[in-house]
Amino acid sequence: MIAEFGLAALWLAAALSLLQLGFGVAALRGGEGFASSVRPIAVVQAVLVGAAFLALIQLFLRTDLSVALVAENSHSQKPLLYKFAGTWGNHEGSMLLWVTVLAIAGAAVALFERSLKERTLVATLAAQAAIGLGFYAFLLFASNPFARLNPAPPQGNGLNPLLQDPGLAFHPPTLYLGYVGISIAFSFAVGALITRDVGPAFAKAMRPWVLAAWILLTLGITAGSYWAYYELGWGGWWFWDPVENASLMPWLAATALLHSVTVLATRDGLRAWTVMLAVVAFSMSMVGTFLVRSGILTSVHSFAVDPRRGAFILILLALYIGGALILFGARVGTVKEGSTFEPVSREGALVLNNLLLCVILALVFIGTIYPLITEAFGTKLSIGPPYFNSVVGPIALALALAMAAGPLMRWRRDRLFEVVRRLALPGGLMAVALVLVFVLAPGIRVLPLLGLALAFGVGAASLAPLWKRNLRRTPLFIWGMAVSHLGIGVSLAGMAAESAFSKERLVAARLGETVSVGPYAIRFESVDPVAGPNWTAIEGKLTASRGGGSFVLRPQARMFSAPPTETSEAAIATRLDGQLYTVLGKPDGAGRWQLRLWWKPFVTLIWLGGAMVAVGGLLALIGRVRRERRARRAEEGE
Amino acid sequence: MKRKDQRAALLILALVAMVGAVLLAMSGLKDRAAYFYAPGDLKAGQVPQGAVRIGGMVEKGSLQRAADGVTIAFTVRDESPNRIRVRYKGIVPDLFKEGSGVVAEGSFGPDGLFAASEILAKHDENYMPPRLDAKKGEHKSESLAK
Repeated sequence: MIAEFGLAALWLAAALSLLQLGFGVAALRGGEGFASSVRPIAVVQAVLVGAAFLALIQLFLRTDLSVALVAENSHSQKPLLYKFAGTWGNHEGSMLLWVTVLAIAGAAVALFERSLKERTLVATLAAQAAIGLGFYAFLLFASNPFARLNPAPPQGNGLNPLLQDPGLAFHPPTLYLGYVGISIAFSFAVGALITRDVGPAFAKAMRPWVLAAWILLTLGITAGSYWAYYELGWGGWWFWDPVENASLMPWLAATALLHSVTVLATRDGLRAWTVMLAVVAFSMSMVGTFLVRSGILTSVHSFAVDPRRGAFILILLALYIGGALILFGARVGTVKEGSTFEPVSREGALVLNNLLLCVILALVFIGTIYPLITEAFGTKLSIGPPYFNSVVGPIALALALAMAAGPLMRWRRDRLFEVVRRLALPGGLMAVALVLVFVLAPGIRVLPLLGLALAFGVGAASLAPLWKRNLRRTPLFIWGMAVSHLGIGVSLAGMAAESAFSKERLVAARLGETVSVGPYAIRFESVDPVAGPNWTAIEGKLTASRGGGSFVLRPQARMFSAPPTETSEAAIATRLDGQLYTVLGKPDGAGRWQLRLWWKPFVTLIWLGGAMVAVGGLLALIGRVRRERRARRAEEGE
Repeated sequence: MKRKDQRAALLILALVAMVGAVLLAMSGLKDRAAYFYAPGDLKAGQVPQGAVRIGGMVEKGSLQRAADGVTIAFTVRDESPNRIRVRYKGIVPDLFKEGSGVVAEGSFGPDGLFAASEILAKHDENYMPPRLDAKKGEHKSESLAK
């Protein structure tokens, strides 16, 4: 019954989104009375699809094996958390999560958006419904999560053990919220194009949604990076895997959009530019969805290969992006030019930020798509870290420089000499750091050296806007900017330190043997069998010591029963100055075990920085929303 | 600057940036793309130069462990008569075993031995190199039918 209820709710939600689109269009064409129904429809639609999603969760929690999706991806012996999170650990479930988030975001706009003109809001909700409709069709015709299986099998297939980790409960929903949040920015842009309302008021209304999406993307990427780092046991934190790029590309576009929307809201500049970026950002989240969901890539993210699905998403992608570009082309003439500014100004720095972000986006996009295109023509090749690091690295460093200078420049017009004077202290610090690192770590490669030096410069420069201010009266969004920019510096320091100073040992060790890596001496004490709810494991016991104290690490090699798979669980010890990362490999049959040991100095800064970037975004969001509300109240009071 | 001029200037800047990005990407791809070879792609007596990837099935019975306990050697085959001998030092991914698919990155020595710098963990137990995959069809449905 639950499955049928879920399917019915999904069909109803799809029908309502069609109605939402129809009423929206009718209202825009001057139909009386249609506009007032659009908001309630958006809310009811969200409630219905939310009910469908809850029904699917319920099926997974009960392990109802008469539902094909549950039988294929779940198992009655699985821990409760993974039964729950396993709901979206598969293709259909994750697509249902996608539209659920989309509908809820649409309902949130319908309920809470007050500053936008009514007409533009109706157009926005109609655009949102059009996006939703495509994905409802995809679910109902090509990925029905509620399909029954007759007869029901006695037991399910289980969930890929690599996904059986608390990260699964957090990483996909956050990332989807981010992707979908960008779709809201896109709908806003489409709405404003349709009603010819591109201007500061529209930018102010759009900004909180862009910020929220960007915060969630930042969190999702940071969490995904840490998850891959500790779960896969390869010691790396970013692999330039296409699915990682699929999440990075929307983030890059959203970051650019976030900065240009500020120019539009504050200075009424970069009008058409901002609208274009919203289109690009949404295109990138569609490309991301296509890469991950079409099965064109084989990895933990693409759960099954089905060419029909790939074609379906590709058609949706072409329709939405093509449609948006056509609309943009048709209406860009009606968007008036924004206010002007001098090249040396805050706007100028933000344009540079946008250009560099777009260049990085293009480089990542080409590197990700190129192998897929050549493969279609019969040549297989792979584009990996050598390409991405060498082309993206230098430009990312240039971007960090622009980021350090930007906040210290005045809006509209500034004098180069003054800017240089304000940058003297961070610049000096950077130079000192450069020399110190070069002297203390001879033979360091160029990129990590520049990265470390820049990290110090960026750190100092990002705090500079707070300098000589009354900190109590500093607006919250200035704090947010400072914290986010500092977070980039912190993350940069972590990346540079990890890449320059990591120590790695790979040995076959006997019990009782001591191996050293970095500052640690690690004694291989014992191996013991242990068991979990749905796995058994061989657990190594390692005692690590540096100077006085010592501590124990217990890396495992796990064997899961359903599906039968081996995974390795790295044991990681976090210290103030870095992480000790240990992996237990295979026995060699002669009494030795493979051990892979890393000492990674300051590697935690990478994710700490990522979290700071997100926290800064949150501060800015709170600050902006509060200020808007106050302004509106003041207006109403008059 | 007039508003119109500023818009034109920004447009030109954006175009220049994009053209620059494409040129940079192309030069990067030329130097750093690793081509993918299956054993059947190799011509007798010739080995590809530079960093490449190879992929195929790990031949049953071909896996050998060296005395240091961390170096392994194995043979990669596909449906062609060609074979590639691979040497790798490191912990192999969890899904690596004889008779299953493998992708390795590295370079060929002059003797035809492939020195792998990395064994790629295709993190899906159903993963097959594309060429073999096409013949076996869908794995998902197969495993469910069992």
